[in-house]
Amino acid sequence: MLKRTPLFYAHQRLGGKLIEFGGWEMPVQYSSIVDEHLSVRRASGIFDICHMGELFVSGPHAAAFLNASLTNDIRKLAVGQGQYTLMCNEQGGVVDDLYAYRLGEDQFLLILNASRIDVDVAWLQSRHAALVEFQSGTQLDSASARWGAVAIQGPRSHELIDQLFPGPSLKGTNVHKVTDLKKNQVGAWTWTTEAIWVARTGYTGEDGFEVIAPATFIEEIWDQALAHGQTAGLQPCGLGARDTLRTEVCYPLYGHELDEHTTPIEAGLGFFVSLDKGDFIGRETLARQKAEGTTKRSIAFRMAEKSPPPRPGYPIWAEGSTVGTAVSGTQSPSLNTGIGIGYVPPSFAEPGTRLEIEIRGRRFPAEVVRKPIYRKPQLAA
Amino acid sequence: MSSQVPSDLLYAKSHEWARIQDGVATVGITDHAQHELTDIVFVELPAKGRHVQVGEACAVVESVKTASDIYSPVAGEVIETNPAVVNDPSLVNSAPYTDGWFFRVRLTSGAPASLLSPTDYVAQIGE
Repeated sequence: MLKRTPLFYAHQRLGGKLIEFGGWEMPVQYSSIVDEHLSVRRASGIFDICHMGELFVSGPHAAAFLNASLTNDIRKLAVGQGQYTLMCNEQGGVVDDLYAYRLGEDQFLLILNASRIDVDVAWLQSRHAALVEFQSGTQLDSASARWGAVAIQGPRSHELIDQLFPGPSLKGTNVHKVTDLKKNQVGAWTWTTEAIWVARTGYTGEDGFEVIAPATFIEEIWDQALAHGQTAGLQPCGLGARDTLRTEVCYPLYGHELDEHTTPIEAGLGFFVSLDKGDFIGRETLARQKAEGTTKRSIAFRMAEKSPPPRPGYPIWAEGSTVGTAVSGTQSPSLNTGIGIGYVPPSFAEPGTRLEIEIRGRRFPAEVVRKPIYRKPQLAA
Repeated sequence: MSSQVPSDLLYAKSHEWARIQDGVATVGITDHAQHELTDIVFVELPAKGRHVQVGEACAVVESVKTASDIYSPVAGEVIETNPAVVNDPSLVNSAPYTDGWFFRVRLTSGAPASLLSPTDYVAQIGE
């Protein structure tokens, strides 16, 4: 039986087309993927992300515990800030990629991928049992069933967010209004009687906000966002647009770019691996890969001619033989061409390298491009 | 959302339509199918001269999300394909029964008995 989010009936009312994703029944689209995608690039869109996991980690040793378990340096976070980070196994393979927010001096919130919640919680509990020096007072509260989240994304999302959550923040980053939050900052606002969290983060490459709140408030927040968002062109958006938006800006999706046999270095995420913060799980492999290089590297590519859209699993060819595999691929609604992400040996990873993508037994020319594949057009000075 | 099901066509369970005139079938996909697929971005058609069987996968439509096979609703030789849908795949979304046709087949025999009447197809898609 698939799990349903607090927004299941809202999706039905809005005519969302529901599919299975990571064990959840989720909307893939409401109107069309292209419409919803372009709405987020040009105006704004709202996404149900209640399927993602929430794990609160607290206690006097919480920061030290997380720093020994995650790749990024959590000490860089002031109260009210968040960071992208990864959780690796002993071999440096990725257990999950996640966002960590410092809500208070000794309180952190981790946002986990839907399909990895159980694995992550079990992994962190085993770490908790092993790291005796950080155990005392460190609590892990797996709150995914009690908490939910929605993402409001797009260049016009700032037009509705202050109306939705008026007034100054209660805690986290101290600001007079939500739109005073800077990228990666998080603050608490009151909804009815309880604190909810609003972060200036997202998964689309656009400005935007993620609202993390008790599950009982999610439907009210969703409905009021849509009511306040009319003038900002706010559209409900499904997982289809979420995937094309993230692919254009090359954000990894667990199970595609990342798995337990792929390291953050191979995935091009070395920026989020802090080798100088002290020991953490997977550090040895990641340090060696950073120094000596890897045998595979993540690349972004664009189709060079008219072709069917590339898809995950398609073989990548260079110099007459198979050199790798695509892990993501789609028709880019912003660029109107086929784009993808794949893994190849480093010798084929330089931007400009000519590749071929095998699609139904035929090979179509493609080219390695710099990440992100899509950049926002710069406004004229 | 109610889909169009023209009364002068025959339908395959796999959501292709056929308009049969003078021993030649014009083939496309239904309004219901294009709604389900949405945002068609690529169409691949069979080569002219190819002999196709009933139910044979012989074309591909790709939406943003997935690639889907299109099955011939009739048997015979492909005598013409529609270059307009190759150049502008969105025609399949905007005009599935007219400008968005896929290919024409000279029938080996008559219309297969497996094809559905408009009424039966409406019943199948539950509208």
